[in-house]
Amino acid sequence: MSIMEHNGGSVIAMAGKDCVAIASDLRLGAGAMTVAMNFEKIFPVSDRIYLGLTGLATDITTLRDRFRYLVNMFTIKESRTIEPSTFAHLVSSTLYSRRFGPYFTEPVIAGLERTPSGGLKPYIAGADLIGCLNFAEDFIVAGTASDKLFGVAEGLWEPNLGPEDLFETISQTLLNSVDRDAYSGWGAIVYVITPEKVITRTLKGRMD
Amino acid sequence: MSAFHSTKPGFDFSNANRNAFLEGKGVKMPKATSTGTTIVGCLFKDGIVLGADTRATAGEIVADKNCEKIHYISESIRCCGAGTAADTEFITALISSNIELHALSTGRKPRVVTAMTMLKQRLFQHQGHIGAALVLGGVDATGAHLFTVAPHGSTDKLPYVTMGSGSLAAMAVFESGWRPNLERAEALQLVVAAISAGIFNDLGSGSNVDACVITATETEMLRNYVMPNVRVEKERKYGFRRGTTAWTREKVRDLIVSEEIRPIAVIAGGEEMDTS
Repeated sequence: MSIMEHNGGSVIAMAGKDCVAIASDLRLGAGAMTVAMNFEKIFPVSDRIYLGLTGLATDITTLRDRFRYLVNMFTIKESRTIEPSTFAHLVSSTLYSRRFGPYFTEPVIAGLERTPSGGLKPYIAGADLIGCLNFAEDFIVAGTASDKLFGVAEGLWEPNLGPEDLFETISQTLLNSVDRDAYSGWGAIVYVITPEKVITRTLKGRMD
Repeated sequence: MSAFHSTKPGFDFSNANRNAFLEGKGVKMPKATSTGTTIVGCLFKDGIVLGADTRATAGEIVADKNCEKIHYISESIRCCGAGTAADTEFITALISSNIELHALSTGRKPRVVTAMTMLKQRLFQHQGHIGAALVLGGVDATGAHLFTVAPHGSTDKLPYVTMGSGSLAAMAVFESGWRPNLERAEALQLVVAAISAGIFNDLGSGSNVDACVITATETEMLRNYVMPNVRVEKERKYGFRRGTTAWTREKVRDLIVSEEIRPIAVIAGGEEMDTS
């Protein structure tokens, strides 16, 4: 078995109309044995940026702390909050610096980016384990259910979804994908980021 | 800079022991995103035309349907990348940065051979572990130049080149269609035909054709120049009725800082506050 499958777990991010959503399952496993059903994989980076990490749990925890430190240092030195696109490059170069001894994790970034005119536009990005960025206008998937998430999201995602419709689409995509993946599931959590508020909802999911 | 990253230059190997231990235990190591790619370049009368497809793959999964493989080196030098996606991205960014510094310190426009030498020396130093296969092209004071750079650092200088998994399909087109002193439109058409051969005949290549025309006077980046694989519009909506998803807990965090300004009430009959 691959090291990326050892702890299980999946993350998905979707872009909507003036909003983004990011969601994950809550399983932590050790091979086929489920150890915890409250292992969150999505972390706030700033008010309007969330970071999802899939892969090896020890590296998820390490990188979460590392990015918190790096973003804090950025905020202090620059006297401003980090933008999603800047944060994506910070993630990318951090992972690539370990090109020949990587962290076993695939990050997903979702946020609202400040435009030159002062507005906010959806920004989602993903990276592989050595930091190759993938910018997408629709959705980003990662984790043990990524193959299924790709298929379901390709079918269900449509452009210009509002926050409430985006919540339904991302939730159904995640729930139905992780139900066909033995290593993901055991509940889910969804974050919908809009210019006014961040809505966090814990979903009812299969517990088997 | 030191606060953001380790002060030591180069790669960080601190996870290498742990990962080697895991590999020794028989754990399969994961594969990075690679661009099983078609990239090409050809010489024409006034300069160079570069071309690339836009598919990125991770095993048998299409990871990105419209990625950019023509990277910026300098105003009149560009580089197409195939192989390990992160490696092509970072080595071109690094050499682009060094070329800019070199141009600034010499006070001259950078040459294609300089970029080629920087790329090959770095790739050779890493003995093929940086998995970047490149097509480098541009116009400088000495004319138009086109190179391929292989992951181990060997280079070729040819009038028409192809690389990546679709290189055979693309080379077949060049071998039958290329001749010296092509016109700009003919060269561009030939590059589109070569990339299209890769897109339609090689599984590792797909989606759109990116092209870049470099002449002594200008560089034209033609992003998504041809889009032969546009997804047909869905004939039905697949949105869900609101309330479909059952949830157990909700937390709403307000991002709008709201404040209410309340004027201090003047006590009836009393003296007004001294604000002088």
